[in-house]
Amino acid sequence: MADQVARKQAIATGPVAQATHMSVLAPALAWLIPGAGHLIQKRWVRGLLLMGSIVIMFILGLLMQGRVYRPNGGDVLDILGFIGDFGSGGLYIVTRALDLGHGIVAHATADYGTKYMIVAGLLNFISVADAYHIAIGKKS
Amino acid sequence: MILSHFNAALLFSIFASTVFGITQRDTPRDQFRYGLYCFSMFMGGLIVAGWVMWVLRH
Repeated sequence: MADQVARKQAIATGPVAQATHMSVLAPALAWLIPGAGHLIQKRWVRGLLLMGSIVIMFILGLLMQGRVYRPNGGDVLDILGFIGDFGSGGLYIVTRALDLGHGIVAHATADYGTKYMIVAGLLNFISVADAYHIAIGKKS
Repeated sequence: MILSHFNAALLFSIFASTVFGITQRDTPRDQFRYGLYCFSMFMGGLIVAGWVMWVLRH
């Protein structure tokens, strides 16, 4: 009997029960503003470093005349490029709103710029996952 | 903005290593060490790839 009660308690405190509002808010905010998912959980240094790395990388990509991918259903690499760019969240939305990122590959570093922005988005996906893991207590 | 190939790769390594270090380890000490490890791997790979291309060309 006591064993069954203990098992029920263990299930109740499992991953589903740990889905607090922070476990939803932190990843969503982390996607929208890189690093904010850590900042809202008072991981100040980590949050600022993540924010600095991802934002600077994305802006450098734009300054290098990199291309921002639009939503598309064409070539597989274009679709993957869009998914990577979309990971930057608010940065991607602002860039599209300002109609930036029409870079034409005229020199090698322009292509680097495109890759910078894709990788910034992918790194932000990792940052989102990390913010979620902190929110559910899987990571300190 | 036009960066050299080396500078572009150097900046890429710094930012990617920072994010890898923070997200893949728990304690600040481990995060710093892992970030440094990733950075050295990026730069080592870059130099090795550069020399391989030089050998292939000559």
